[in-house]
Amino acid sequence: MTLILFVEQCLNGVQLGLMLFLLAAGLTLVFGIMDMINLAHGSLYMIGAYLAATVIEATGSFLLGAGAAMIGTGLIGAALEVSLFRQLYRRSHLNQVLATFALILIANETVRMIWGAQPILLNMPEALAGPVEPVEGFRYPAYRLAVIAVGAAVALLLYVMVVHTRLGMRVRAGASDRDMANVMGVDTRRLFTLVFAIGAGLCALAGAMLGPILAVQVGMGENILILAFVVIVIGGIGSIRGALVGALLVGLIDTAGRAFLPGLLRHVFPPTIASEAGPALASILIYVLMASVLYFRPRGLFPARG
Amino acid sequence: MTRLIAAALIALPLALPAAAADKVKIGFMSTLSGPGAALGVDMRDGFNLVVKNAGGKLGGLAAEVAVVDDEQKPDTARQAVERFTKRDRVDVITGVVFSNVLLPVLPSILESGTIFISPNTGPEDYAGDKCHPRFFVASWQNEDVPGAMGQKVQDLGKKNVFLIAPNYPGGRETLNGFKRYYKGGYADEVYTKLGQLDYAAEIADIRAKKPDAVFFFLPGGMGINFIKQYASAGLAKDIPLYTPGYSADEDTIKAVGEQLVGVLNSSQWAHDLDNPANKKFVADFQKEYGRLPTMYASQSYDAALMLDAAIKAVQGKVEDKDALAKALRTAKFDSVRGKFRLNNNNYPVQDYYLREVVKDASGRITNRTVGKIFSDHGDAFASKCKMG
Repeated sequence: MTLILFVEQCLNGVQLGLMLFLLAAGLTLVFGIMDMINLAHGSLYMIGAYLAATVIEATGSFLLGAGAAMIGTGLIGAALEVSLFRQLYRRSHLNQVLATFALILIANETVRMIWGAQPILLNMPEALAGPVEPVEGFRYPAYRLAVIAVGAAVALLLYVMVVHTRLGMRVRAGASDRDMANVMGVDTRRLFTLVFAIGAGLCALAGAMLGPILAVQVGMGENILILAFVVIVIGGIGSIRGALVGALLVGLIDTAGRAFLPGLLRHVFPPTIASEAGPALASILIYVLMASVLYFRPRGLFPARG
Repeated sequence: MTRLIAAALIALPLALPAAAADKVKIGFMSTLSGPGAALGVDMRDGFNLVVKNAGGKLGGLAAEVAVVDDEQKPDTARQAVERFTKRDRVDVITGVVFSNVLLPVLPSILESGTIFISPNTGPEDYAGDKCHPRFFVASWQNEDVPGAMGQKVQDLGKKNVFLIAPNYPGGRETLNGFKRYYKGGYADEVYTKLGQLDYAAEIADIRAKKPDAVFFFLPGGMGINFIKQYASAGLAKDIPLYTPGYSADEDTIKAVGEQLVGVLNSSQWAHDLDNPANKKFVADFQKEYGRLPTMYASQSYDAALMLDAAIKAVQGKVEDKDALAKALRTAKFDSVRGKFRLNNNNYPVQDYYLREVVKDASGRITNRTVGKIFSDHGDAFASKCKMG
């Protein structure tokens, strides 16, 4: 294995990880602060991707598309919070799961009615469609570098917001002890709506950025939602830092599994077994990671509540 | 009293003499949503075109085509098959795109006595010892199209090929087909998850292994994403791509355009094949749907023509399934691919062509037939089939 290959695979892992982080950040805050399991988080990601695709197709501008998707999905998120989720906070987790599962079905059918069952194929922005060569002999897709840059910038921004601003302090207070924060005069109603809208906006950003790499299609949210839940379970529910570390771990391990595991197996087993077992093992690797984290640190790597 | 009437009502249909069928019921189950949807949509449109051209009929009988989306999931397919075989009692089922959808439900279709005509996947098991008098393939055996490409890559003198396909029966059989005719060395043979859309890890691997050719089988949206990401990684100029025609057809061309120009691919059919049936098909399809047909559409169109000819041959008596199956076996129709007949295992014997994606004089990007790879080619498993 060459150094270049290793660096390239690490970048791929980081890129996947940062996009997972955008999804997991909202999910972990909602779960941590409001104690609310929102299965429909993936639907917000899907709606964001469709909004982005529509605006990009209409205007030809990727930036405009991503911006419109973030704002639009943020507003949808806020509206959902005010109208529906607020009724669910005091209910049991089972009620929340059922209600948000219903939301998934409604969102999928609505999207199917508006945009049709066939996936929309977004193209990368023209300027970023080719490779770049940062170091002689090492080429990497420009678009993926841009995704990494945006993801890292958002992670930094969120970190600053959560750790160094008054709003962030309230969010952390809410996450570690909701009732106490309430007693101390934090307006949790408005805070919840705001957190929900930010989470939805981040989902939409992930949807817009991943649109050209994956495909904008009905049901795209469910696949990635499972990964996002794995991330927040690994990272510790309610913790932004945990979500970032968890997301990067999942991204790197998933990529490493796909890239290196079949090759390694081939040294041990005959090729037919290796080619059968390799992809299967690679796809369960992150669940093995989750299980082992749960075994050694049942509250995740960075639990928000003591 | 009511019970007596109910019993009488139930018994009544049994007492009536069997009337000759006045219609033929077809269950068309295909993948109409998700990354594989373009394939299923083209197959549905190809099939419907035949019915429409005949004024809503097949073989002179009114055709009732029930279209169902299998979502590329075996579970959904199982429900649809239950409906087709138990409630609707269709005469023929067709339309399935993917082998991983077909293989779990095929035994129950055949056990119910329903005839199945595959307009796409031609699995290995049913070409060999599991061959069945009511199972027909109007397309190819899974190894045939990639096998033709393997032969071509062998002829081009490639020595170090990188293979990539999804990890499902169709994927493994496709690479086996390529390997049957290509005798050089391999840089690697990679199987990815079916439905995977991000190929960053695999493309980095290709770059590091420096093969002299990449052969990929990634049907539908998977291939579209692979080609786009391959180009954006800057590999397209260094290492040529080869593919069975599935990933270099009109649906993929529409999505990726320029990045496909120059790609060689193999197929049993091309829209520029020079025969009257094909000219009519391509013109009708374009007129009806406003786009060029893909090989998927051509296969499904042929499946409908085959059924049409067979129903005519049994004079509309579709309720006699044995006779209908026998008629399908020897159905005479003008296939859009030219020469076509069914082997002893009900799989096709036909020619395979080499196509190249080109930009024509009007600036349109499309396939052009540049040669013939196999003539009168039957699959490698027919000898294992016990049917005469």
